[in-house]
Amino acid sequence: MKEADFTTKYESTWCPGCGNFGLWIAMKQALAELGLKPENVLMVYGIGCSGNGVNFTKTYAWHSLHGRAVPTAVGAKLANKELTVIVMAGDGDGMGEGMGHFIHALRGNADITYVVHDNKTYSLTTGQAAPTANKGYKAKSTPEGIIEQAVNPVSLALAAGGSFVARGFAGQADQLKEIFKAAIQHKGFSFIDALQPCITFNKINTFKWYLDRVYSLDDNSEYNRTDIKQAFKESLIWGKKIPVGIFYQNNRATYSDHLPQLKGKTLIKRPVQVRNVAPLLKEFS
Amino acid sequence: MKNKNKLSWKIAGEAGFGIKSAGIMFGKIFMKAGYEIFDYVEYPSLIRGGHNTFQLIVGTHSVNSVTKGVDILVALNQNTVYSNITELVPGGVVIYDKDKVKLTAKYKAQGIAIPLTTLAKQAGGELMRNVVAIGATLALVDQDLKIANQIVKNNFKRKGEKIVDNNLKALKLGFDFIKKNFKQDFLCCLPTLEAKNNILITANESLALGALAGGLNFYVAYPMTPSSSILHYLASVAQKLGIVVKHAEDEIGVINMALGASHAGARAMVGTSGGGFALMVESLGLTGLTETPLVIVNVQRGGPATGLPTWTEQADMQFMLRAAQGVFPRIVLAPGDAQEAFDLGAEALNLAETYQLPILILSDKLIAEGNSTVPAFKTNHLKINRGKLLNQTQLNKIKGYKRYKVTNDGISPRALPGMKNGLFIANSDEHNEYGFSEEGSANRIAQVDKRQRKLDTFAKVLPEPIIYGNPKAKKTIVIWGSTKGVLLDAYTELKSRQQKKIKIMQLQYIWPFATDFVKQVLNKSRKVLLVENNSNAQLGQLIAQETGIIIKDKLLKYDGRPFYREEIIKVLKKF
Repeated sequence: MKEADFTTKYESTWCPGCGNFGLWIAMKQALAELGLKPENVLMVYGIGCSGNGVNFTKTYAWHSLHGRAVPTAVGAKLANKELTVIVMAGDGDGMGEGMGHFIHALRGNADITYVVHDNKTYSLTTGQAAPTANKGYKAKSTPEGIIEQAVNPVSLALAAGGSFVARGFAGQADQLKEIFKAAIQHKGFSFIDALQPCITFNKINTFKWYLDRVYSLDDNSEYNRTDIKQAFKESLIWGKKIPVGIFYQNNRATYSDHLPQLKGKTLIKRPVQVRNVAPLLKEFS
Repeated sequence: MKNKNKLSWKIAGEAGFGIKSAGIMFGKIFMKAGYEIFDYVEYPSLIRGGHNTFQLIVGTHSVNSVTKGVDILVALNQNTVYSNITELVPGGVVIYDKDKVKLTAKYKAQGIAIPLTTLAKQAGGELMRNVVAIGATLALVDQDLKIANQIVKNNFKRKGEKIVDNNLKALKLGFDFIKKNFKQDFLCCLPTLEAKNNILITANESLALGALAGGLNFYVAYPMTPSSSILHYLASVAQKLGIVVKHAEDEIGVINMALGASHAGARAMVGTSGGGFALMVESLGLTGLTETPLVIVNVQRGGPATGLPTWTEQADMQFMLRAAQGVFPRIVLAPGDAQEAFDLGAEALNLAETYQLPILILSDKLIAEGNSTVPAFKTNHLKINRGKLLNQTQLNKIKGYKRYKVTNDGISPRALPGMKNGLFIANSDEHNEYGFSEEGSANRIAQVDKRQRKLDTFAKVLPEPIIYGNPKAKKTIVIWGSTKGVLLDAYTELKSRQQKKIKIMQLQYIWPFATDFVKQVLNKSRKVLLVENNSNAQLGQLIAQETGIIIKDKLLKYDGRPFYREEIIKVLKKF
């Protein structure tokens, strides 16, 4: 498989230079390098600029409602464990309307990968502040600056029981690709906060702004990604320096591991036939 | 005067008194004794205290309604005397706990004082007052303890031998007390008849069983009264049957999880009540646009908002018909009793996959939580229909596969993720035949029309409304859902001279609407009466919309209570 095998003929609708391209290319390369075939991958998209990627990425796809991609992906994975299920959603979508689903999916640890395109704005609706926007960020709906403190997706994911928690940057597509590969291979719920500059609406968190700040956790030989305390401490760093890489990983059981009825043949591959309910009627007789 | 083979029995007290468990045991005793049962529970939304009642209607023919009148009332507390004593029929009796309850002078003649607390303690614990009362009632209605002993044994088996023995003792103490202290000339007499092959079940449980029979393998829900027992029942059998049953984080998560599963190929269903359905609404539209098969059950309660959480109402029909923005096809079904809930539960999954759209099932608290006796369900007549779901061999033969292909019947061949040669987007944006986002005018019209055509296709095989009574009668009563029970029970009690003049038309398939059939029936009727458990005649509105016929005579009830049989008999006699 090659990266091009995951590209449709539909022309991209992203702005030239959009941070989404870095994520898109890294994801396609990750899928190709893992030897996955388009028909064995189900990508579930949110609504927003990131979700529009549904048209130009060639896999099976579900374009969900705003905020609702994660439960859809969980349901699909429970029904067909053979699929590689990946969610691509924005930070407005995932950290705003979809926040509840995010926390509960982390708790449940279904074996899916969740990539949040973090550009700190609602770009498709012309640039309002997303929940990830830094406090004071000025936009159309918050002309005096956003009052709420920014959501920290990495810390939240760690607190809610994430078994794979990472952050990548669209300007460093190679590292992002490696993170995606590790996330897809991880057994359990993998979360990636993908920093991705919106070149049209966000004039603060630009490529340069990030390049001046990001450092890789991989460069620190002391960093132990199985240590949740260290991960928490690191996740709180944001400002002059911004860490990227895999913050934390453990191998706790997935949601399906707890369901003995899902052992063996994939649920949707079992024959669908009229079930004899006679034995079930005893308790009502 | 004796009432042979008929009984209306009510036990009442605080939540936590074992009202419901006593009721179920009592029901099973009479089912085993060859009788038909319907039960009705009233309870406030709390766990301890409050005032709970459990009423059992026993008869020899199928029973599906509640009577206002009570033959035997069991008062476990004083509040029952205040709240329910006026329900006693002439000649009816109240069994009251002499140790705790005082009867007013007016009702002394109807009172049967039993030291329920003393006898229960004697058997091993005060909690068994309910079982003592069952024993006493059995003695009053000329039923022996043979069947009752077996039912009590089965009921307490899992709690250990001591508990079983104590309860058997309690049963006998109540029975003997009546035998010793009261003469046996009572108004009801229910000797053991020949047993039938019946089960005692609620419409929630039978709907779940119907769906299971129909190949359900994925159920998601968030607890909400009065739908929760579907979730509880399915969760209890999930591991044994090899299906996924998930209690999700909220109703929006519920429907989207089910959509994901269905998209992947599962036979999926979700269940909730009106409030939870309201949360699902945006995703209902997504179901329609992505043409994903899904069964959605709304067990109605009194609304709006939190409303009357534990009471019955039929006020969500117009909401179900209209819910979500935009236009997309849906099928709406309304079972009238436990048997219909089983049948439609199985059929709904077939319809969902055949027409690739949401199937909405409207039930309500009365039948969803009320047990009734029905013949043990059969499955040999059932079939699985997965519609135009492709297998890999069929898909291999298709060049340039189009998931949303514009077809004459509106239904497009369906591939599943994981299949070769079938890639497509299930898109919440308007899309072209492949699923790619497309906003062009011609494509929009083609896709809207294609989706709507699925209903025209279904309309060709739409089951007709059900007619009961004399099909040629000029007087027609129009009903849907759980009011079926009370209308049929009341009708049965009419003289045959009156019966001949009346027919009852039940709409089970609400949408698409059986326009021609309903129009014809109504046009041929001299008198029409609409009976609905809501305040604004929602079926009446639908009939007016689809046929232009406005039904003027309406019997509407919206106090959270079901229609009582007496009310309907009175109306039918005058009709």
